[in-house]
This record gives sequence, C-alpha cells and structure tokens, in this order.
Amino acid sequence: MNRFSWGTPRSVSEAAAAASSTVADAMSGSSAAAAGNISVVKAGGIDLLDLMKEDLLAAGMLINLHEIPGLDAIAEEPDGSLRVGPMVTLAHLAEHPMVRRRYSALFDAVHSSASPQIRNVATLGGNLLQRPRCWYFRAVEHHCLRKGGDHCFALVGENQYHAIFGNGYCAIVHPSTAATALVALGARIELTNAQGAVRGVLLEEFFVPPERDIERENDLRAHEILTAILLPRIKTGVRMAHLKQGEKDSFDWPLADVAVVLDLDSTGRCEHAAIVLGAAAPVPYRAKGAEAALVGKRLERDVAEQAANAAVKDATPLSKNAYKVPLFATLVRRAILKAIGKA
Amino acid sequence: MIMATDGTTRTEKFPSGIVSVGLQEVERQVPLDEPPPLAPNAALAVIGKSIPRHDGRAKVTGATLFTVDVSLPGMLHGRIVRATLPHARIRAIDTAAAARHPGVLTILLIARPDDPGSAIVRYSGAPVAAIAAVSAVAAEEAAALIRVDYESLPFVVDLDRARAADAPLVYGAASGPAAEQSEIPFLAGLPVNGNVRGPAVDNRGDATQGFAQAAILVEGEFRTEVQTHCCMEPHGIVADWRPDGLTVHMSTQFTAGVRHELAQAFGLPLPRVRVIVDGMGGGFGSKSLLGNYGRIAVDLSRQARAPVRLVLDRAEEQMDSGNRPGTWHRLRVGARRDGSLTAISLLSYGTAGITVGAGLGNNAQALYTCPNVESSQYDVFINAGPGCAMRGPGNTPGAWGLEQTIDELAERLAIDPLVLRDRIDVSPTRREERRIGAERIGWQGRRPPAADTGPVKRGLGMAQSLWSANVQINSACEVRVMRDGSVEVLSSVQDIGTGITTVLAQVVAEVLGLRPEAITVRIGDTEFPAGPPSHGSRTTASITPPARTAAWRILQTLLRGAAEALKVSPADLIARDGRIVVREEPSRGLRFEEAAALLRTDRISEVASRSDDYAGFRRRIGDAAVALEDLGGVQFAAVAVDTETGIIRVERVVAVHDCGRPMNPRQIESQVQGGVLMGISYALFENRILDQHTGRMVNANLEQYKLLGPRETPVIDVVTLENYQGQSATDAYGIAEPANIATAPAIGNAVYNAIGVRLRSLPMTPAAVLAALGKIPSRS
Repeated sequence: MNRFSWGTPRSVSEAAAAASSTVADAMSGSSAAAAGNISVVKAGGIDLLDLMKEDLLAAGMLINLHEIPGLDAIAEEPDGSLRVGPMVTLAHLAEHPMVRRRYSALFDAVHSSASPQIRNVATLGGNLLQRPRCWYFRAVEHHCLRKGGDHCFALVGENQYHAIFGNGYCAIVHPSTAATALVALGARIELTNAQGAVRGVLLEEFFVPPERDIERENDLRAHEILTAILLPRIKTGVRMAHLKQGEKDSFDWPLADVAVVLDLDSTGRCEHAAIVLGAAAPVPYRAKGAEAALVGKRLERDVAEQAANAAVKDATPLSKNAYKVPLFATLVRRAILKAIGKA
Repeated sequence: MIMATDGTTRTEKFPSGIVSVGLQEVERQVPLDEPPPLAPNAALAVIGKSIPRHDGRAKVTGATLFTVDVSLPGMLHGRIVRATLPHARIRAIDTAAAARHPGVLTILLIARPDDPGSAIVRYSGAPVAAIAAVSAVAAEEAAALIRVDYESLPFVVDLDRARAADAPLVYGAASGPAAEQSEIPFLAGLPVNGNVRGPAVDNRGDATQGFAQAAILVEGEFRTEVQTHCCMEPHGIVADWRPDGLTVHMSTQFTAGVRHELAQAFGLPLPRVRVIVDGMGGGFGSKSLLGNYGRIAVDLSRQARAPVRLVLDRAEEQMDSGNRPGTWHRLRVGARRDGSLTAISLLSYGTAGITVGAGLGNNAQALYTCPNVESSQYDVFINAGPGCAMRGPGNTPGAWGLEQTIDELAERLAIDPLVLRDRIDVSPTRREERRIGAERIGWQGRRPPAADTGPVKRGLGMAQSLWSANVQINSACEVRVMRDGSVEVLSSVQDIGTGITTVLAQVVAEVLGLRPEAITVRIGDTEFPAGPPSHGSRTTASITPPARTAAWRILQTLLRGAAEALKVSPADLIARDGRIVVREEPSRGLRFEEAAALLRTDRISEVASRSDDYAGFRRRIGDAAVALEDLGGVQFAAVAVDTETGIIRVERVVAVHDCGRPMNPRQIESQVQGGVLMGISYALFENRILDQHTGRMVNANLEQYKLLGPRETPVIDVVTLENYQGQSATDAYGIAEPANIATAPAIGNAVYNAIGVRLRSLPMTPAAVLAALGKIPSRS
C-alpha cells in the first residue's frame, strides 16, 4: 500500500471539488503514473482499502466522507418514497423498520451479506460503487482487460464464479447484491458536483456494461459524489422478494441472487414485473423474458416455472459456470413464489 | 502388588478394556522407577475431569503473547520476494534500488542466477530474495523495488496433464527433488518417469486370485483437491542471532526439533540454540519444521546482526506454507456374499507440487481384514507449492475413497454398512464406536437412497478412521517442588492450542494431591528438558507419562520427609486434598507446604522421560514409535441436499472416538469438534485453484479459498470412549488426527443416501452436485 494523505471535507461541495478521480479512473492504465496527485473518495473503505492493499490502486489522497452531515440519514419523502443517504451502513439499512416492512427485497439482500463486522462499516453508496471481485482483476499479477491489459483471463481460465450473461468480452459479475434489489425496485440515485448541481439517474441506467466501457462499472464521474439513493413509493398490491445462494452462508459472495418485484391488480393478475439477476452479468441483469412471461397472468406455479426458464434462456455459460443456469432458474421460480406467498 | 521378575521391572496389574464394554485386568512389566498403575478415571480426583483450560482466560482476553507479539530491541522486519512465474530461470536479480531504500539493512539472494541449482524457480510463490528493513512498511516498499529478470520455462500445474508423455518437466534433467525438500519419509530410489515418480508398491497375498474368488466387485475412481494450511496464526519467527548464540521465537509444533535443525544448519552446538514458543494459534503439520522462511529469517538476522521478525501474510501462507496433496485414486474391492473381503486394489496418483509425499494407502492396506491387497502409488510433480503433513496425512484423502467404496459394497450386498463393518473390521474400539454412534444418530431410521420426494433430500452416512497411536519416546519432563510448596512442570513441549498445559497440570496435581491451578506449567522453551513434537497426535501420549513419573518420584522424597516428621512409614502416607496424610488416619498429616518446608535444599527436581509402552511397540524409527493398538474413530453425518441448488447442508455429526485414557474430556471434545469442522470444510468447500494458463493460485486468500464458517457449523455430538490398555504411566494417547479423517467420507456417504448419486470428487460444491444429478444443460 502506498502512503497517502487524508482529507476531511465538511460539505458535499468540498468533497466533490477535492475528488479529482473516481476509483475506476484512478486504476486505469493512463492514470496510474500520476498516483500522487489523485484524490479519491472513501466511504466505508471496505473495497478501497482492499484495492490499495493489493497494490491495484494508489491514490495520493483519500477523501473521507464521514464528517459531512446528513449523508447517513434515511428519510421518508412527502410522496412516500424513501431517501437513503449513501453513508448509511448496510447494518443500519437492514435495521430500519421501513426498509424491513416496505422494501423487503432490499432487506433480504443486505441483512445477511458479508459479515456483521463488514455490515457495520460498509455503506450502501460504497456497496453500489465497489469494483468487481473477479480474482484475475483483483490480483496485480494478472494484467487483465479491465486493468488495461489485452485479454480476459476468465474466458479461458477459472470462471466458475463468473458471468453467464453479457460475458463475451469480460466475464466479471457485478458484485453488489443490494444493486440487484434496488434495480428491481426501480431506485434512482442522485449525483452532486462541486457546484451543487444534482444529476438524477435511474440506477439501472447508471451501470456500464463492458462493451460500453471496459474500465468502469458505472457512470460516476470525477468531482461527483453519490448523495442519495431514492426508493420509489410502493403501491398496494406490490409483492417482492430477494433470494441469494452462496456456496456458504457465512461471509461469502452469492453464486446467484435474484430480486423480484411484482405489481398485482386486485384480481391477482400481474400488471408489471421486474426480475433482476445478480452475480449473473457484468451489470445487474434485467430478465426481460421472465418479466414478459408473468405480465397479464395470474401467478401460479407453472407460470413461475415458465418465467424461470425464460430468465435463463439466453444464458451463455462459460466452461466452468454452466451450473449457474439451473441455479438461477431455481432462484427465479422460488423468488416469484416467495413474493406471492406460495413458497 | 509388586513382584520383581528381574532387576529392572516389576509386574503390575492394570485396568484394561473399554469401560462401556467392561473392564478387565492385564499384567505388565513396569520399570521400577515408574509409578504404580493409575486407576480408571472414575476413581481419580483431577485426571479425566473437564478442568477449564489454564490459558483460557488469557486467550479470550487477548493477554496471551503469540510469536507476532514478540518485539525485541532493535528488531528488523523481514520480507520475502517471491517468484511470480510457475517455472522460470532467473537470469538476474537487480537489488540496487532496494539497497538504496533508507530503511533497508540487508538483502539476501535465495535464488542465485550464477548457480544452476538455485536459479530455477519451480512454482509461483517460491522465495527468490529476502529483505530485512527497519519496519514492515519499509521492507514491503523495498521488496517492490527488487527487479527479477525471468526466463519463462514451460510449466504444468494440473495433476492429469503432468502425467502426459509430452508434459513440461518440472525437474527437467534433474530426477526429482532433493530429499530434504520433503518432510514426509518416502521410499528412496523409486523410478522417475517424466513427472511421475513411482510406483511405491505394497502387496500382500495375491490380489488376482482374490478377485477371482469374489462374488461382488466394486470399483470407483476418486479425487481429492489440495487443501491449504489456514492456521489462525500465520507462520512466523523472530530470529535473534548473537555472537554467543541464536535465540528463535517461533510458532512451531516442535521446539526441540527446530533447535536441532538450526544447530545442524548453522553449525552451532545445541546449547547455543534456544527455541521458544508461548501462545500458538494452531498448527496442523506445516509448523513441524524450520521451513524455508525460518531459515531465511535466521540468515537475515545473521547477516544484519540484529533480530529479525518474519511473518508470512495470508497469500504466502496459501502458496508456500505446505498443503495437503491432491489425489486421484482408483479402488477395487472384491467380496464374498457374506461381505468378507477377498481382494483390495489401490492405484493412486497424487501431487505434492514440487515434492513427494502424496501417498494414501494406509486405509486400504490396514483398515479391514483382507488377505489379498495390492497397491501402487505414484507421486506426480507439478509446478506448485510443496505439500507437507496435514492433519491425518494420507489417511484423510485415503478414507474418502475407501469408505465410500465400502459403503457401495454394503449396498450391493444388501447388508447394512454397520453390519458389514462388524464382519470385516476386527477393532473392538470401532465396534463399540459404531454401536454408540448408530444409537445417537438414529441409524435404525435410515432410509433407502433418495427416499425424499421433495427437492430437499435428507440422508445419513457414516465412515471410519484409521490412525496409529503415535508415541515419541525419550520425551522428557521435569517436575520441581520449591521449599515454599510451589510446584513447576517444565518441558520444551509446546501447547499448539490443544491444551497440553492444562493436562500437565492435571497429571502432576493428581499425583501430588493438589488442585491443578496450584501447578505452574512452563513449557515451549528448549531451555527445559526436550519434549515431543506436536504432530502425529502424539503430544499427550508422549509427555504425560514422564510428567506423572517425575511427579511420583518427587512425591516419594516428600513422603520420606513427612514420614520422618509424622513418625510413620512412607508407605503409610498418601497425598490428597493439599495434604500428606496417614492413609488409615487421614486427620493426621501435614499440609503440602509443611511437607515441602522440610526439604533440605531450596528445591527438589526430577526429570523423567518417556519409556517404551509396557507391552512394547509395533514399530519404531528413532524416537518415533507406534503403539500396538491403533486409534479408532467412527463418525456419522446427517445431511440435507437441495437438489435444485446443489447445496449440501450438514445438519448433524456424531463423532465417537477413543484416545486411550481421556485426560480432559472437554478439551478432547474441542479437538474433535475442530477435526469435524475441518473435515466438513474439506468435504464441501476447500480447494486450491491454480490457473492453468498462468500457473498462479487465483484464490490465495481467505475470501475465495473457502473455509467453513459459523453458519455451516452443524450440531456436533462428541462421544469419547475410555479405553485402557495398561501401556504407560498415564495410558493416554492422542486425538487430533482421527477427528478429521472420517468426516468427509461420512458426509459423502450421507449425500449418496440422500440423493442416490455418489459424488466421488472433492469438494462437493453446488456445481458438482448439480452435475451429478444431471441438471446442468450441455452447452450448445
């Protein structure tokens, strides 16, 4: 790890002014030489310190967000939506009664993720912006595509934990389990720059697939701070669930996770469905085929089964991760049934 | 009771047998200077009781000092620079920039470009150079400044590919590793063909004829993956080289052995080498020797003329601290209709990376009665870090295949697996262990394979352990009593976390009639009499008998003094409840301190050493001996398999074990639980993953190298037999390794019982389960 200095801004504007680079930009080949001049934001620091300890990131200054008032609050807005500050820890989020009651898919996604120690420190903002866990990406000896190299080691190598969708170029999976639930919920985020201008983005559109830009997973820009995650109001009739499956339940990354948000009319017919797969693709993967299989139908077991099959129909598994195909199908079916109380 | 048969021994009657089966008496010849037989535990005050650990409070409050806590004045910090390629010739090492770093004191070249022998690195992570600097940060910074110029050589990191005729050669023209690169004794002079060394052949009877007699033939191919050492405390050493001698603080399983290694390696007389370990966070075989890092630290200290601390980080632990070899093995077992075995055939190819020692034949050779056994075992070299001993080496992977094959045989014969084992396993301990375990797990409720109709299917399975009862003879222990009545036990034996400190206090307290808290145990220092290594499950068997003998001799001196004061014969006195009293008139006596105050010197001391087992040993190599009777161990597992996700949950394990006389049941239970957890982790999760194209370990951490955690921990029901054999002053044997051997195959057999499909490869991941169930679509 390199030596670095420590900045403690008291306002978002100050922090944004100081944040000369995103973590992704700081890690890209072209910036590495200028490490000493680069300042990056530190929230919980879980991912950042990992990257620094592995010598993947060298930043001259870390900008600590902990002293900025208001970023760690959860508040209900007048329109019934929920505004979650980026510095809210995963533990705080999981303990919040409204999250538990109204956004159970998000609760399910975060309440047992990582370990208790990590949940006490890791923030929701940091969780959404963390870099992928691909073991080639994480080892300095493997100069992979995402780090400015010329090929993806996983495509021909050890890809058991890698993507089964959108993996033709780079096979990372997006590491955030919270993002799976948030995308299904239709969450938006706010990004604030040094001048105080706020950019609102649908979370789903914030993530960047490898084809668009191999060196980043999202559209965060330099001199921008993620300042809010907005969860839309939940209408009556909305049912939801999130399921994940790791090899272990203790402190492990999911092999697969699935969020389902269903809007049912008064007769129980599905009017709208959002089905998102995590640990499946380089970005949270919207299973549109599965959604289409539900809309307009009364949700029974056979319909859930059809949706599950549709969800994995277009999968392009690699040499060692074809097991994820039946695993995702199972989780999609079970998540739908759990959401409608038929599990 | 005493009847001398010659000048050196007397005949004694010992309790013998398994308590739950029924005790008998056995006559043994006992050396005259050793104590009389120890009564069964039920009649004892301290031994056999679950005395809380002496160091428990210090451990949980953080007061215990580990090797990494040792800080000496002027101490430097060492760092090893490691190869980034799996096979390369080092053309040059440029240390100029590192040498200019202001914090660097010394740089050591380990691979020497000018020396053809050391210029080749054969695995990614092999030491290339080392640095000692004023701080850990400076050492790391300077290490990054060392430039190594590699000429990459062809490599192979896969067991199967390494066997191919055209595989890159790990040793090139050389015929294999030097013997000192492996700590496991191995047969010399075996042929080496490409990367394949062997076979080591061990045959008895005539297997061909045996198979001809068989009514049923069961055959299977099995795989086990490499398991790495993940001790809670990493490998570490603080080496302090001085003109008058060398002192080493080290997280080691064998202080006395490391002292010998150091004396030999650096040409020092033994009294000039001192090895110390205080608190230790575990050791499972990889901390038995000095190791390359240990030698490097001493070299750095000698070169820098200052103490040097060298502690491996987790990636180094994973790549270069030794590991359990991976294996492929094929078993064929022939049997008659009644289950009696007619032939066993074992063929194995195992890999310990660049070294040897991947054999796994013991179980197939010795666990079951069979007149015709043939085994051919090969070591296969690959460009990967060296294997080493790991909790039940050989027998743990060996049990995986054999115990599943016997399970399959039972099914084919339509005989219950327990009944079959009653017929082919002569061990009385395992027979009793099967009986107890079956009752506890509810074996009579076991159903046919795949009996559940829903997606989650439950099953029961069991498997057996085989491990020899090891003893290190000549292990020494000193007991001292001071005139103020304080009592000390001293030995170089180390407490690697398993609790020998407490057990030694129990032994001496029992003899002297004191509370165990009154005994000071000072161990883990070669200034004290040389104790045994803590590997091969031999610590308790080796050090508790001399501790009792030394304490008993001390007691004789105290009794003589007290007898004089009380005007009785020493034979009329006994020590109990902190007093020395007249046996027939317990109100008459002295407090222990009063008896000690009668001493004519400020202290008295006795040193005793481990003698041979009273009825002798099965075999002995140097001081390492094997008792006549093996240790048993039978484990039962209850699992639930989700056939739609492939997740296996171990819901319950019943572990029934024996270790001679149980000295401290709670500590035994802890060790068995640890063995079971390690076994579940081996069964379901652990796997060193090497990239075939770069030769690097991709999961050299504890994030993707998966270890069982709290949520994967089942209910573990531990039962320990009391099994007396009348073989030593304490009749105690070990427990560490048997606790780990049977777990994975018990789970494998339970998984088969649950889903009706046998998984033959470790680890049993969701991917493996779904594949076995035919649920993974073939790729179009």
